[in-house]
This record gives sequence, C-alpha cells and structure tokens, in this order.
Amino acid sequence: MGAARPTQRGGRSMIELETPTRFWQTHRIVMAAIAAVVVLACILLLRWDWLPKYLPLIGEGIWRTLWLLVITSFLGFFMAIPLGLAQAAGPWYLAMPAKVFCTVIRGTPLLLQLWLLYFGLGSLFPQFPAIRQSELWPYLRQAWPYAIVALTFSFAGYEGEVMRGAFKGVPGGQLEAARAMGMPRFTILRRIWLPLAIQRALPTLGGETVLQLKATPLVATITVVDIYAVASRVRQDTFIVYEPLLLLAVVYMVITGVIVLAFRWFEHRVPSRVA
Amino acid sequence: MLEALLNAFPNLALLAWDPPGWGANLGRGLANSLQIALGAYALGLAIGTGGAFGKLYGGPMTRDLLAIYTTVVRAVPELVLILILYFAVTDLVNQGLVSFGYDRIQISGVAAGIAVLGVVQGAYSVEVIRGAILAVPSGQLEAARAMGMPPGKAAWRITLPLMLSNAIPGLANLWLIATKDTALLAIVGFAELTLQTRQAASSTKAFLTFFLAAGLLYLMVTLVSTAIFGRIEKWARRGQRSGGAGQ
Amino acid sequence: MKKIILTAIAAALLGTGAMAEQVKVGIASEPYPPFASPDAAGNWVGWEVDMIKAVCAAGEMDCVITPVAWDGIIPSLTSGQIDAIMASMSITDDRMKSIDFSDKYYNTPTVIVAAKGSGITPTAEGLKGKVIGVQVSTIHQDYAQTHFGGDAEIKLYQTQDEANQDLVSGRIDATEADSIALDAFLKSDAGACCEDVGAVADDPAILGLGVGVGLRKGDDALKAKFNAAIAKVIADGTYEKISKPYFASSIYGG
Repeated sequence: MGAARPTQRGGRSMIELETPTRFWQTHRIVMAAIAAVVVLACILLLRWDWLPKYLPLIGEGIWRTLWLLVITSFLGFFMAIPLGLAQAAGPWYLAMPAKVFCTVIRGTPLLLQLWLLYFGLGSLFPQFPAIRQSELWPYLRQAWPYAIVALTFSFAGYEGEVMRGAFKGVPGGQLEAARAMGMPRFTILRRIWLPLAIQRALPTLGGETVLQLKATPLVATITVVDIYAVASRVRQDTFIVYEPLLLLAVVYMVITGVIVLAFRWFEHRVPSRVA
Repeated sequence: MLEALLNAFPNLALLAWDPPGWGANLGRGLANSLQIALGAYALGLAIGTGGAFGKLYGGPMTRDLLAIYTTVVRAVPELVLILILYFAVTDLVNQGLVSFGYDRIQISGVAAGIAVLGVVQGAYSVEVIRGAILAVPSGQLEAARAMGMPPGKAAWRITLPLMLSNAIPGLANLWLIATKDTALLAIVGFAELTLQTRQAASSTKAFLTFFLAAGLLYLMVTLVSTAIFGRIEKWARRGQRSGGAGQ
Repeated sequence: MKKIILTAIAAALLGTGAMAEQVKVGIASEPYPPFASPDAAGNWVGWEVDMIKAVCAAGEMDCVITPVAWDGIIPSLTSGQIDAIMASMSITDDRMKSIDFSDKYYNTPTVIVAAKGSGITPTAEGLKGKVIGVQVSTIHQDYAQTHFGGDAEIKLYQTQDEANQDLVSGRIDATEADSIALDAFLKSDAGACCEDVGAVADDPAILGLGVGVGLRKGDDALKAKFNAAIAKVIADGTYEKISKPYFASSIYGG
C-alpha cells in the first residue's frame, strides 16, 4: 500500500461536492415537520418509563453487538483473502474446498448454521471426556465462541466471493511488469496483487459490514445477550411490545449510518482506482 | 442405496419419510418455505418495479418517500422488521377495522410471512431494477425514438429486454436471499423448514443429523435456482455480444 | 401503483380471514413435552392438546390449534393472530396487566434440576456462582432473575428442550421449570445425567395461581365460554380420563 500513498490528498474536496446544494426544498420541510410530529407523538404517547431501569443493560447490549460486529468482520475479512486467492489463482486442491466453503455458507441460512454449530456440534463436544476436561472447555461451554465462528464464516463466505472477483480483476499488466522486474512471487502478492485487489473490493466492504450488522441479532437465539436480546428481555419482563422494537430499529439505523459514513470517509482517504 | 445408508447410520432412519421418520415434516417445511419465498419474491418484484419507476420518474415527494423506505428497510435487521411488521401491522390493521366498526380479521401465518418478507424484498429490488433501467444505453432508446417508435412500444421492445439482462444477476441474488430469509420466520413460530428442523431435532435430540439435512435441502434449493437463473440469463442475453455487455 | 398494491394486499389478507366464527387457540411452537409437542407425522400431541380438544368440545367451539412462537405469544393474542392461549401459561399479575385469564386448569410446583451429585440445592446459596438455564418469557425466568439473579448467572433459552440439552452438555449447571415437564425429561435417556434437587420456595406473586387460558382483555363472552367448558370437563370426568395416560396423579393442584 505504501507505494500508492502520495496521491492520497485529492479525495477530500469530493466530500464538499457531494453534499446537495438545495436540501431544504419546500416538500422536505413539510416532511421533516411531519416526521418531527411523529417522533414527538412516539415520545409522548408511547410508554418509555422502562427506559431508565434498562439503560445499563441496553448499553451493554449495544457494546456486545458492536464488539461482535467488529471482531467478526475483521476475522472474516482476513479469512476471505486466502479464500478469494485460492479460487482465483490456487491449484485445484485449494480452489475446490474454497469454492465449496463459499457455496455452502452462501447457500444456507445463517440461522441454521448458527444452530448447527451451537446445538449440533456443541452437543457433540461434551461426549468426549478429553474435551470436557481440557482447558478449552470453559470457552466451549459458553455461547459467544460459536457466535463468533458462525458470523466470521458467514462474512468470509460472502466476502471471499468478492475477493475472488477482485483478485481476478487486477490488470494482468501490473503483475507482468512486477514479474519482469524479477520480483519474487510472494513479494508480488504482498506489494502489488493484494493491495490492488483490496482496493477493488473496498467499495463492497461497507455494504457487507452493514449486512453483517443485520446478521448479529441472530446470536440472541443461542443465548448471547446482544442489544436485540436486551430488547426481547424488556418485552418479556414488561409485556411492552412495540417500544423496545422501535428503540431497536433506531439503534440499528444509527449504527448503520455510522458504518456508512465511516466507509465513505475511509474510501476518500484511499486513492481511487488507478486504471 | 438409501437402505444401506440407513442401516449404516441409525440416526439417518430419523430422516425417513414415513413416521417414525421425520422426513415428511421437513418436506412440509420446505414446501412452506418455498411458498413464502415465491410469494414474497413476487410481491417484492411488484413493489420493486413500481418503486423503481417512482424513483426515476416520480415527483420529488415520491422520490423522497421511496428513499426513506429503501433506506430504513435496508438499515434495520430483517429479524427486527419481521417482528415489527408481524405484530404491529396486524395490530394496527385490526384496530383500524374495529374503530371503523368492522370485525377483527385473522391474518394467516402464510399471508403475514409473505407480506413481511415482500416488503423487505421490495426495498432491495427497487435498487436492483432502478440500476438495471439506468444501465440501458441511452443510445438504444434514442435510436428507437428516432425511428418513430411510440414510448410504450419502446419501453416494451427496447427498455424491458435490455433491462432484464442487466437485472437478472441482482434478481437471482434476491431470490436466494428470499429463500434464506424465510428461515427468520422460525422466530415468530411459522412452521417453515428451519422451525420444523428445530422441532424435529429437539424432539429426537439428533441435532446434528437434522440441521445437516436441512442445510442440504437449502443448498439444493440454492444450486437448482442458480442453475435456472443461469439459463434465464443466457436466454435474456441472447443476441448480445458476450463479454462486453454493458458494464 | 403503490395504492393498487396495498389494496391487493389488503384484499388478500381480508380474503384469508373470512371465517370469523373459529376460535384460534395458540400453543407454543416449541416442543413442551408431555404437554404439547409435534410428532413425526406432523401432529401436535400431549396432555394439553387433548385438553384443548376436550374443552372445545365441551364448549361447542370450533377450535383451530395454531402454533405461535412462545416468545411472541402474548403479542400474537393482543394483535389478533390468535384468540386464546392454551400453552401452559401461568396466571400472574404481570400478565394480567396485558391479557385476561380463564380459571386455572392445572397447577404444578416449580423445581430445579441439576447434574447428579452436583450438591446444588434450590436456594440462592445453593446456586451461588452457578449457571441456571430457563426458558424466556416464563414465570421461571422471572423467578430465577428475582431470587437467584444476584448470585447466579441466568441463561435464557427459546425452548425448555434446549435448556435441558445444554444441561446434558454441561453448558449450564441447573435448570428451573415446571416439575412435570422436567419429570418427562428426567425419565428420558438424556435425563439420566441429572436429578430433581427439589422445589423452589413458593412466591405466588411470580409463580402465579396455576395455568389458565389466556384471553384478550374485554373478550368476556369467550372467557365465560372457556370457564364453563373447563368446569364441565372437570365435572364430567373427562379431565381424569385425559390425565390418566400421562400422569400418575391429578395435576389440577390446590
């Protein structure tokens, strides 16, 4: 990545250009007013008295959701690189398993994968005394390792497919030039091929991360207490149905907004395609 | 061959079609899943087509409302949307009916599932179809207009076929999402494949067997659909030069 | 365009809801043996299913058994997807705030089950530092969180079966539930690992007054029908006849 750094500056002014020149048109003012009334009505007419009591739990839940999202997206992305490379350029005995992995992950519902891991595999482990007595058992006993594995695999499966296309899409001339300069194969991969492929995959990463965020609430079904589970708990404790769900929707929208803005900022920092 | 497999793995007997095997339950679940996926997909396409035209040719108000719809639906997890739509919307419909002096209606699980997933699908297909329409080379339309083709005919003969070939990869993807999203209805207790699997698994304690079997069924649906969509795409792209088509 | 679609949806939904005379009786879609669980043929079987049929026959109601996710069963009732809940739901003050109940039709004690020889007792001290699994939205969740929440970790499961499974797997140390449901588990092969360590101290405010039919507030006609039907089923001996294949003694309770 180092080689491309000097061109970084230009991106900044793009942001100013993108902001619409006339946002407050008449109909938008009306719509914003209606929206304000709706929000006010929601605040005044619906029941929010449970909120203070559950605030600490809600904070913990949001934290756990974010933590799951960040860890599994990172791990998933690093797993996607070899998956993509194996499919794009690997020998068949690497390409085949990588392709099968991506197809299986993308072809089955995440909810089912999660349950297969937690209830299926998880109920198999304790039957082996060796596992039950091992030092891993305190972790295997809990739910979050299964959640992390399932979410990471899911991200890797989808992003692996993207990376395959990205590796294939890097212009051959770039690689030929490097080879002609006598660069060793691994150095070509590290200095030329991988950075160019990541650059190509970058625009999809934001979208994939939002999809990953939307997948996180599924872990509540295997006893991990994320923000979704906290909202369910409020519903179960107080029998208030809609308010916790509304709060959930708002929380997820805010997180999505942050992700989208962060990636937009990030994309402007990284130089756009050279070709 | 199935017989031999059943003997080799006693657990596989649980998958037999007739009781005491649970195969028929999984089959029913799969049928339910496909029914909902098809319904939701069709509803999503209808919303998507209307929405795409609204976004492209509608007034500023329509465009903003559609933008809000697609943004909200794509930002909130399907699971949360399903719960909101499943409970809140049926409740609102009923309260509305009662206040207008009608009787409460009962919404069947299938109808509710289709409506909920259809609304989610719609938000994504708006974007797919809009993108596909935008990708139709304007030269083609201009040529049609220059030849004196009326706009309706141009839309039918030029825009639609060209747009279709652009839209099919995205629409295929949406169909796969629709089949997999039906699994989320397990959370509201609808007897689709994932819930049937879970019930069978927890009744028999053969978790691994049933989850693997259901995984295989979903995978088969995916692979068969992918093959079919591949065929359709080939058909839609007939007459186009391979390789450099559009993008 | 949008309007047409909306009208079409509304028409489709209205079309499916034409038969108004039926009573949709909601049961939990999660297996809860021996009260209600699906069999391999896809039918729901169990004591409570037999009870629903008996009560509906006695009350001359045209009942349709409708499985609903336990976690959302009260919203399903209030939003009109079902008309009554017969899913081993205990009558508690908290639930009375949102729904109505018929008279009770059974009542059993709440017990704790733990691995054999674990030394766990059904008290806060006995469960200190342990992990307890309970089913969400149950009186047992409420009880465990209120009485053991400070000393033990509470894990929430969508179904009691999954909590039992995790007890067998050793992921939790104990589970709290209805004595009869746990009895069925202990008698199964998987239950060989574990034993009943006793009933928890009673707390009527949480554990409630027995199991009743959940009904929408204001649905008094249906409530009267169910009450009369339950009384009839008990009086004419049907209750005893239904219970015999499942339980050694009556579960109607005091």
